[in-house]
Amino acid sequence: MKPDSPDQLRALESAAYRIRRFALRMGEVQGQGYVGQALGMADILAVAYRHALHYRADEPEWEGRDRFLLSHGHYAIALYAALLEAGILPEDELETYGSDDSRLPMSGMATYTPGMEISGGSLGQGLTIAVGMALGLRQKNNPAFVYNSMSDGELDEGSTWEAALSAAHFGLGNLITLVDINNQQADGPSGKILGFEPLAQKWEAFGWHVQRASGNDMAAVLAAFDAARSHPDPQPRVILFDTLMGSGVPFLEQRDKNHFIRVEADEWQQAIAILDEKQTQAGDQQ
Amino acid sequence: MNAPMSKPRLTTSAMIASIASEGQRTVAAPFGNALVALAAGRPDIVGMSADLAKYTDLHLFAKEYPERFFQMGMAEQLLMGAAGGMAKEGFTPFVTTYAVFASRRAYDFIHQVIAEENLNVKIACALPGLTTGYGPSHQATEDIAIFRGVPGLTIVDPCDALDTEQATAAIAEHKGPVYMRLLRGKVPLVLDEYDYKFELGKAKLLRDGREVLVISSGIMTMRALEAAQALKDDNVGVAVLHVPTIKPLDTEAIVREASRGGRLVVVAENHSVVGGLGEAVAGTLLRAGVAPAFRQVALPDAFLDAGALPTLHDRYGISTEAMVASIRSWLR
Repeated sequence: MKPDSPDQLRALESAAYRIRRFALRMGEVQGQGYVGQALGMADILAVAYRHALHYRADEPEWEGRDRFLLSHGHYAIALYAALLEAGILPEDELETYGSDDSRLPMSGMATYTPGMEISGGSLGQGLTIAVGMALGLRQKNNPAFVYNSMSDGELDEGSTWEAALSAAHFGLGNLITLVDINNQQADGPSGKILGFEPLAQKWEAFGWHVQRASGNDMAAVLAAFDAARSHPDPQPRVILFDTLMGSGVPFLEQRDKNHFIRVEADEWQQAIAILDEKQTQAGDQQ
Repeated sequence: MNAPMSKPRLTTSAMIASIASEGQRTVAAPFGNALVALAAGRPDIVGMSADLAKYTDLHLFAKEYPERFFQMGMAEQLLMGAAGGMAKEGFTPFVTTYAVFASRRAYDFIHQVIAEENLNVKIACALPGLTTGYGPSHQATEDIAIFRGVPGLTIVDPCDALDTEQATAAIAEHKGPVYMRLLRGKVPLVLDEYDYKFELGKAKLLRDGREVLVISSGIMTMRALEAAQALKDDNVGVAVLHVPTIKPLDTEAIVREASRGGRLVVVAENHSVVGGLGEAVAGTLLRAGVAPAFRQVALPDAFLDAGALPTLHDRYGISTEAMVASIRSWLR
């Protein structure tokens, strides 16, 4: 497959479809979950786990793997869906999501889940850990990348900016930060909670290689990952992804937005049916 | 005009003041030198500091192993988070800052990044308790209270240079997170006169006595030994049980010694009366059904004054003289 070929994009769209579907099925198991965020990040995770990251599905702690840190631990449902798609988690485990003694707790925890690198959730910590891991990898001459996935709300945390200064100071070219800008925080739209724009200029001023792209445009996501990975200068890279919560399920996209999208019991299957129908149509067009 | 010579010399409230008394034997930088020696055979050891390497004796490590030293800037949350990341990559970070900044500013990063995953990070922090006259911004009077609640975090409070040196080697050997109260600069040497060896998790009886049992940690063990000597002249026998590991606590030794007939139990610590060794010992004894007469030599539950250390140690009752006076009053 040639890079960025229509086949590649179709394969990634299919992966994103499956990630969305896994997330909705997990949401249905518990009747809740941060499914809006999972749908919003599905395209990014599809590119991460089906294109960018080096990993071994049967050996999650392989030393040569790229490290993917989920700083926003409440996005666990999204990462579990990606780990299911990647084959790091078996599909039948999906049914245990959020249950007692499950390896898939509602907030991501490193000691519970294969492929979950850190216990995120106390927001603003992931990037500090990523700096340490990137320094450690460099110290070991290990060429792996560290990806830190974080939410726009975490831009409020001072520790994020401590780490941003540090990554540039140390010239951590092995660090790629993904910021999910869905503009939704617990108390309202992110920009109204604590304004962070102009964001690209901030990261640039901190010494980072910066891209801003739509996180729900597969070709744009793919190009951004490739550019971040191949950037030749020894500087950390950030991709600011604007995403739409609930992406892929129109009635959830349009739902009154906040941090937590309410989904009624009968809506999970409706949402899955919509995804399935779109996927079938996409297949028919080929 | 009066000559200025009649004016008394003012004592200092400097941030870094020596805890050594006049004429006391000292050793320079026992932590820094011990770490340099250890690191020769331990390539996994790295040093990290938040703009306080020079004031935590970590500059010695930085000088000897520049490729293994990471200056993280004055950013304690980053320091702890990045140390966790380093540990996840197989390194053993020794991280240093002041005790106030580790305990108060970086707490959540120690709790969530380091302790929750049982990562192998050693946090060594200077200016524990009342060892600076700089006021509450720098006085870590409740660091042990803060950290005792963290599951799986080992807490060490060494007494002197010997203790510090041996504890540094022991915590490097230990697998898991450790918080060590760091004595830096010229550190008194006392325990070489006792048949003593630091063992992680073990309390050591340094001397025996019939009337009083002092259970102490950190620099208060040094003071307790001096107090015991002074009280000997009053024919008061004072035993000193040194407890350099606050967590996990050597409950067996504490219960055994406190059960030995009719002695007044005094817990002495360079820490607030709230949540430190004193309350840890009290809880241990209550749970064991042992109820001796019990007193605390500790800092008050208050924001302390700035001033010269000798003045403040007298004012708050943790100088040797104040401790002797307290014990005498309790025996009356």
